[in-house]
Amino acid sequence: MEALKEQVEEKKKVIATLRNQPWRMKRRLVVLKEAQEFVERFEGALGKGRGRKLYAFKVMMAKKLIKFKRDFENFKTACIPWERKIKDVESHFGSSVASYFIFLRWMYGLNLVLFGLMFGLVMLPEILMGLPYGSIPRKTVPREEQPTAMDYSVLFEFGGYCKYSFLFYGYYDHERTIGLLQFRLPLSYLLVGVGIFGYSLMVVIRTMARNANEGGDGAEEGDFTFSWKMFTSWDYLIGNPETADNKYASITTSFKESIVDEQENQKDENIHLRRFLRVLANFMIISCLGGSGYLIYFVVKRSQEFAKSENANLSWFEKNEVEFVMSLLGLVCPPLFETIAELEDYHPRIALKWQLGRIFALFLGNLYTFLFALFDEVNAKLESEKSIKNSTEWIYNQYHANYSSFFNTTDVPPPAVHPADVIRGPCWETNIIGLFEFVKLIVSDIQVTYLTILIGDFVRAVTVRFLNYCWCWDLEAGFPSYGEFDISGNVLGLIFNQGMIWMGAFYAPGLVGLNVLRLLTSMYYQCWAVMCCNVPHERVFKASRSNNFYMGLLLLVLFLSLLPVVYTIMTLSPSFDCGPFSGQEKMYDVVMETIEQDLPAFIGNIFTYATNPGLIMPAVLLMVLALYYLNALSKGYQQANLDLKRKMQMARDEEKNRRNNKDSTNQVMKDLEDLLPNKSLAPPPIEEEPPPGTHTHTPAYSSTAHAISQFTPDYPQCLLFALHLSFQML
Amino acid sequence: MISLYLQDCTYFTRKEILRLFYRYRDLAPQLVPLDYTNHPDVKLPYELIGSMPELKDNPFRQRIAEVFSEDGEGNMTLDDFLDMFSVLSEMAPRDLKAYYAFKIYDFNNDDFICKSDLEKTLNKLTRNELTEDEVRMVCEKVIDEADLDNDGRLSLEDFQHMIVRAPEFLR
Repeated sequence: MEALKEQVEEKKKVIATLRNQPWRMKRRLVVLKEAQEFVERFEGALGKGRGRKLYAFKVMMAKKLIKFKRDFENFKTACIPWERKIKDVESHFGSSVASYFIFLRWMYGLNLVLFGLMFGLVMLPEILMGLPYGSIPRKTVPREEQPTAMDYSVLFEFGGYCKYSFLFYGYYDHERTIGLLQFRLPLSYLLVGVGIFGYSLMVVIRTMARNANEGGDGAEEGDFTFSWKMFTSWDYLIGNPETADNKYASITTSFKESIVDEQENQKDENIHLRRFLRVLANFMIISCLGGSGYLIYFVVKRSQEFAKSENANLSWFEKNEVEFVMSLLGLVCPPLFETIAELEDYHPRIALKWQLGRIFALFLGNLYTFLFALFDEVNAKLESEKSIKNSTEWIYNQYHANYSSFFNTTDVPPPAVHPADVIRGPCWETNIIGLFEFVKLIVSDIQVTYLTILIGDFVRAVTVRFLNYCWCWDLEAGFPSYGEFDISGNVLGLIFNQGMIWMGAFYAPGLVGLNVLRLLTSMYYQCWAVMCCNVPHERVFKASRSNNFYMGLLLLVLFLSLLPVVYTIMTLSPSFDCGPFSGQEKMYDVVMETIEQDLPAFIGNIFTYATNPGLIMPAVLLMVLALYYLNALSKGYQQANLDLKRKMQMARDEEKNRRNNKDSTNQVMKDLEDLLPNKSLAPPPIEEEPPPGTHTHTPAYSSTAHAISQFTPDYPQCLLFALHLSFQML
Repeated sequence: MISLYLQDCTYFTRKEILRLFYRYRDLAPQLVPLDYTNHPDVKLPYELIGSMPELKDNPFRQRIAEVFSEDGEGNMTLDDFLDMFSVLSEMAPRDLKAYYAFKIYDFNNDDFICKSDLEKTLNKLTRNELTEDEVRMVCEKVIDEADLDNDGRLSLEDFQHMIVRAPEFLR
């Protein structure tokens, strides 16, 4: 009876695993029939016929789940915009150029979310529930500007009606609550402004962490690079000839990339010449950077003098000198750096990183010099604001006195002055920061970028193509030829643009919307330009596996752009007559006010306790210690990883050699075997039991370590490692 | 019906098997009868199989057809057809796919992937875009990386050992 049951079970197992056997269909069918007959004949006798239905049901549910998951994944992938465009670019130009577009797309997503936040929580309430245009002074175009307010040229510079609209800080009213819903606009403005930074920070760090998990920084990819490329790169699901074309191109490109990597590893080098050239190159570049910093400083100082001289006849050049010089530097220096960098002769991926770093330093210096100059202006405006405030109050008092003495009442209605005529303070947030510098800078930046692409790539390509027929030397192979896509310049442009948006978003809410539009058009425009006017780099190289380098730069820029905004929020006092914080001493007073008035009493108490320095200091200390601990832990894991890898490589080599019955190729081992003729150092099998007292989460690690410490070739390192381990085990 | 048996031999449900049967029949309606209870012996020639949209753009379609067909020439019966799609489907396990992948890449059918097989694979993948030097270099690297028993060609064990670790193999 038992034997029969066993046999039935066995036959059932055969049926279940029948699909997994690599047999011909006919053979399978034969085996299947035989097994099924057997099972049916005896299953009735054993009375276990019910299990089959349940099993079939379970299998069906599993399949439905798989199908649902697959459909959902398809849907998610279909939702990602521009996927096909980017794949096109990737297959023709390589993964490094495509990584720029992927980064652009990611930025677009980020900006879309920021725009949603800003629009939904700040602009929309003000538009729907706030006072309309023209009702109070801050929302109206002043009388002297009204004639020109609608002119195209004025609008183009964001003056006129644009300046006094919801796009800028100055428009917002400082009423504590507005509308039916008692929406607290000033609070929401402040929180959204800070929240934009918080959200960006969170997203950038989360992306960095995710990229770091997927594995390192590009250079090494495992032990079977070429094999995997050869056998697994074709996608068997392709059913479209165009996609197939792209896939062929991308496979070829990918092979070429790996070949370049290989060749780099095998190059011969003359170390001293290289070092000397590199030092020389760095010296030249540092001097360039210093020169550009000084130039910017000089120009900003000059522009301040121009402003002071109040000369209305400044030429266009003198008015826009700062922007002009900055754009010029941004255009000239990167190619200069690239030519100098050819002295250095790095692997293209590393050369790209150096280039990015240098251009980053260039832009950073420029930006900060510029910012410092800006702050000088803001302080000047604050002074003038005080004087206007005084004069306004004095006029108001006069009016009050006159009215009450004339009509003999104390109940004085507010002056019946048309909002357009009221004296305005120089609303420094809008005028200087929001409008003047950032928006104009960003607009000019956009213009320069698009023009560069148009002229540098498109016109160049057209000239080369058509003039080639009637020119003395071969234009396509020789001097101008077609342009290559400038990855570093574009990536940095994008990052700095985002930094400026972050800085300006607090003072000009419309800026984020402008950026969304700009990124959208950029994507289409640049994709078109790349496919139509550029040729692939001569040495196509693979982008680093993660985009962590770009993310790191972005994080740095985010932090740097956070600083000025936080500084202005904390120290400068808002204008008295424009913006949502007018009337407060400092901007963050809104939060204090809300806590006091709107929230129940005990929360106020909690905040008072929480801001007590006695509590904050230990908290900061704790965080620093946690950071240190986690850092040490991650270093430990990385070391363990490396050692395991080394061990696997060694085991594989030993296997190879053992199969070929060759002696160990390990030179040190050979020497040792000669010294100790009784061959007591032959590699022992891996020990089964880990020594007692080791960490539970890495038992293999400790036995590995034991084995490694026995036959690792690198003796000093082995000793150190054994010591390290023994400390750990204690 | 037959589909009950076929359900156990392949990874498909009854509906999917029927759908595949109709696809098979659409390739040559005059050759394939609707009624399979008498196990008719019908083979479709390779040209028809190779023109299916799923296989048309695949550089290895000829090898795939040859591996799964009974006569080794690419002419497939319905059983072979179902077998092929069952192995290529996403429900088949990695080991099974590895086995068949090995057979596909073994152009000369000698149960080893030698250098000439590798060269043919590479040229099919890149449509002859790489230079001779590059092709040679890549093939040498592949043998270097994956050949464990040092005989200059890949056996089934070498191949399986290498492919099982690949992250993208399942597609």
